[in-house]
Amino acid sequence: MTALHLEFDVAGNNFVSAGSASDEVKKTLKMLGVGAQFVRKVAIAMYEGEINMVIHAGGGRAIVDIYPDRIVIVLTDNGPGIPDIELAMRDGYSTAPEAIRNLGFGAGMGLPNMKKYTDSFKIDSVVGKGTTVTMTVNFAA
Amino acid sequence: MSIESIIADLGARIINLEEPEREISGGYCGDFLSNVISKAPPDSVWFTVMNNQNVAAVQTLADIALTVLCEGVEPDETLKARVKDKGLNMIVTDLPVYEAVKAIE
Repeated sequence: MTALHLEFDVAGNNFVSAGSASDEVKKTLKMLGVGAQFVRKVAIAMYEGEINMVIHAGGGRAIVDIYPDRIVIVLTDNGPGIPDIELAMRDGYSTAPEAIRNLGFGAGMGLPNMKKYTDSFKIDSVVGKGTTVTMTVNFAA
Repeated sequence: MSIESIIADLGARIINLEEPEREISGGYCGDFLSNVISKAPPDSVWFTVMNNQNVAAVQTLADIALTVLCEGVEPDETLKARVKDKGLNMIVTDLPVYEAVKAIE
């Protein structure tokens, strides 16, 4: 089977559409018969990534490739970049402003959740240029 | 536990109800969406006071069966529209979260 390739534009600062790319991917995986526990991991990791682009980066692009045994998600933005990735990865560390926290975000669990629910997770970030997150979830126990 | 029995126990108001017969297994209380999406079990009932549109996205992605808005918090108009659009189950109770959980035990 060739990979199923999906691309999504994620709009910045738009909480009406936030999560819609993740929802599309989730529906596609369910349709393909991928196991519920893997679909759940993908939904969590991708939603967190999508929300990060909405909140911090003025939006970005999600490129998704679905193979029989795994999914690879690449999230790219032209946002401010992450100066200290190790610090950003810490549970509970957040730079989300008060207004965003009032919406229920900013728990500082976005990046940790993305790492926790994926089988491989990589961040490339350049301050002033943007961030690319690459995540893989394998469809096997 | 059924959604119908929860509605009765809480004396809750229905915002949207598409699957009244859906069985609930487990539950979660919280307002930080990152915690909810990762910790609420599938088919669970979620108690929160958060009432914006992101609640619908999290409920959908985490396969949460029923969202209970507590303390009489009403969903904002965007959330109400999204809940109907996505066919989600959502109710409102005047009880605080702790009292609401006790009431359905």
